[in-house]
Amino acid sequence: MNRSSKILRYVSRRLIQGIPIILAIVVLNFFLLNLAEGDAVDVLAGEAGSATPEYMEEMRKKFGLDKPLPVQLAVYLKNVIQLDLGYSFRHDMQVTELIIDRFWPTLILMVSTILLAVGFGILLGLFAAINLNTWKDSVVSVFALITYATPLFWVGLMMIILFSIKNDWFPTSGMENSAMFYEGFERVKDIAHHLVLPTITLSLFYLALYTRMMRASMLEQYGQDYVITARAKGVSERRITFVHVLRNALLPVVTMAGVQVGALIGGSVIVESVFAWPGLGMLAFESLFARDLNLLLGIFLLSSALVVAVNLVVDVVYCFLDPRIEVN
Amino acid sequence: MTDKLLQISNLDIVLPEGSERDLAVKDLNIDLSPGETLCIVGESGSGKSLTARALMGLLPAPHVRVEKGTISFCGEDLTKASEPRMRQIRGSEISMIFQEPMTALNPVMTIGVQIDEVFRYHADMSKSERRQRAIELLEDVQLPDPKQIVAAYPHELSGGQRQRAMIAMALALEPKILIADEPTTALDVTTQAQILKLISEMQTIHKSGVLFITHDFGVVADIADRVVVMQYGNVVETGTVDKVLNKPEHPYTKALIASVPSLVPRAPRSRSDQVVLSGDKIQKKFGGGKSLFGLGKPNRFVHAVKDVTLDLRRGETLGVVGESGSGKSTLARCIIRLLDSDSGNIMLDDVDIRALNRAEMRPLRTKIQMVFQDPFASLNPRIKVGQIISQGPIIQGQSKEKAESRARELLDIVGLDERAFNRYPHEFSGGQRQRIGIARALALDPEILVADEPVSALDVSIQAQILELLDQIRESMNLSMVFITHDLRVAAQVCDRLAVMRYGEIVETGATGKIFENPQHSYTKDLLAAVPGQKWDRKVAG
Repeated sequence: MNRSSKILRYVSRRLIQGIPIILAIVVLNFFLLNLAEGDAVDVLAGEAGSATPEYMEEMRKKFGLDKPLPVQLAVYLKNVIQLDLGYSFRHDMQVTELIIDRFWPTLILMVSTILLAVGFGILLGLFAAINLNTWKDSVVSVFALITYATPLFWVGLMMIILFSIKNDWFPTSGMENSAMFYEGFERVKDIAHHLVLPTITLSLFYLALYTRMMRASMLEQYGQDYVITARAKGVSERRITFVHVLRNALLPVVTMAGVQVGALIGGSVIVESVFAWPGLGMLAFESLFARDLNLLLGIFLLSSALVVAVNLVVDVVYCFLDPRIEVN
Repeated sequence: MTDKLLQISNLDIVLPEGSERDLAVKDLNIDLSPGETLCIVGESGSGKSLTARALMGLLPAPHVRVEKGTISFCGEDLTKASEPRMRQIRGSEISMIFQEPMTALNPVMTIGVQIDEVFRYHADMSKSERRQRAIELLEDVQLPDPKQIVAAYPHELSGGQRQRAMIAMALALEPKILIADEPTTALDVTTQAQILKLISEMQTIHKSGVLFITHDFGVVADIADRVVVMQYGNVVETGTVDKVLNKPEHPYTKALIASVPSLVPRAPRSRSDQVVLSGDKIQKKFGGGKSLFGLGKPNRFVHAVKDVTLDLRRGETLGVVGESGSGKSTLARCIIRLLDSDSGNIMLDDVDIRALNRAEMRPLRTKIQMVFQDPFASLNPRIKVGQIISQGPIIQGQSKEKAESRARELLDIVGLDERAFNRYPHEFSGGQRQRIGIARALALDPEILVADEPVSALDVSIQAQILELLDQIRESMNLSMVFITHDLRVAAQVCDRLAVMRYGEIVETGATGKIFENPQHSYTKDLLAAVPGQKWDRKVAG
């Protein structure tokens, strides 16, 4: 069997294995969320200011919240399997519709963040390792240390002050200028313009992490025997760095990046709040306080599916980077 | 002296400040002619590898560097050559092969690409020419199916195949000098014999000078024309192989040669017939588990120990010999219940210890103890030596005072100073650590000692001392011993009986003398035939 069909088999098997994992996560989340005091009706009633117990009872009945938990779970699971994530009474919308609406902004933010953090992290780490123990290395290390230690929200606020208020370079918040009704390429440009500050803010921490990892990984690989072999063959230092060492040094960084995609969704809540980015993080945050469990469960389901998918992608990428890893 | 390929004169290599000694290599003078094999012999830390690195201009600069002296290569002083010039020379005129063929090859590049680099940097050839040459080279070093190996990654080859690929790479441009830094140390004895043969064949074809670095006198006897013996960075003796091996002059050379175990088994000792440990049809498989939810094919499994039956009598040493992957270490671990075997019986006196659970096994652990191969990895670096030794008895319920005073006694028995008690393992040398490992095993007053390659990580003179210590202890404590080794020389000197293992099976057992004299199984014959330095042994013995 050749390699590509092996990988295809592997991917399909992993996808099938992912289904029970995601279902287990759904069940776990369901019970966890129901441990919290209060439900959507309490919140709605509280906001309305006056609601009789009879009216609340009626609302619960309407939402299906009066049934025992296991029944609620069974109903929910049955719906999930039919790809129906339920209805958000808070937003008066289908959860699926709502989530997909908010998913794209988050996806854009996440992908640009990962590209920026991993890409620049690798470059900076490489740069520091090549210029080991020179001022260039020190500058990179100090930069990494500072960004590593600075809280995300503070960076976000400072960026807004510096680049939006003092210098009017970037918009302070939102994803696009909806008043302008841009179309096509103009719209892409507008979104990209809005994307700059949130992406930089969210990626700085990870950038520092990957820079440090890449630098350490490069130094470790420089000490390996195969580097001496390459030198003994008369291979140039340039090729040793960029062909021999680099590819080996990338392996741990890729692993780490895969693991952290899940954490990124969590980290995006802060950045989305600071920049009023209409993403999933914000939505999750709001729905938690509104006790909008249907919506929250939907978001969790999507993010767990995302993590499972990203892990799979990382594993496949890894197979190509490291021939020692066998797919089976 | 123009016909010499290489002439090193008065070479000094400095070590960084604060090292054990100032000079790694002091006042070195050696030369090499075309077609000649010069062996540099020495124990670890003698400076033999740094000499090779200096030649290639690959010293770990800036801390280690050539201080004075010249390395004249066909009339050109390499110590003064520029880096671009050195890059030109490396790989084309002087090339090198290394000890560990796994780590010396880049794991994420194919063999073909790695050979290709040599041509790419030194020869003006088209891509298809280079590929053709790479395939030819792999054919020259007798690798099967070169077309496939060109596209293979290092991990897909065996150790011997990897070393062949390394040799192909080193010989790609017919260098004038081939430096081989312990190229067979990591290989099995039968593979070693093949690689040595290959190197000398290649040498005859290409007329290159070979600088062969080794610690193994058997290898020296087989391949060297001339020998340089080094100790602490000094050359203590040089001469033809015949002179150095058979009429050594310097006391260090004499001592080294004396510590090489002889291939002539020592006289068998009288032994009792009382069986202290016996294994019956021991089986152990690794892997073979199912993946999550039982989907897909079950994983591959390795049958590490197959139907092994053996017995150990009181006071004897049973040697288990075999090459890497033969299952000898797994067998040892099964016997002392560090691993659970899949089936069979392991009878310790009258108890089948295979059937015991952890708690039931604990009191019996005092009877059977193990000495490990790697003295660096087998001692916890955060625990003091005294505790390492006394821990076992304390777990078994002895009082702390008693265990500690016994630990001090044991340190004395294994030949260490009492002050070792309050020190950490990293403060000791390899040989001393192995002594600590032995003291730890003895602390529980075992009846049986299982020693898994206890001397293979040690230099030959230290090896001789540790073997002597084990011998003394065995006599004075009437220990029975299972001795695992890949080194038939060591086995000849230590073991009363041998069990030869291959692919998890014992292919032959018998008294050591009988097996050496008259091996029955073809594999045993191959193993014995592959031991280096046999001609020399016969000369010494006869």
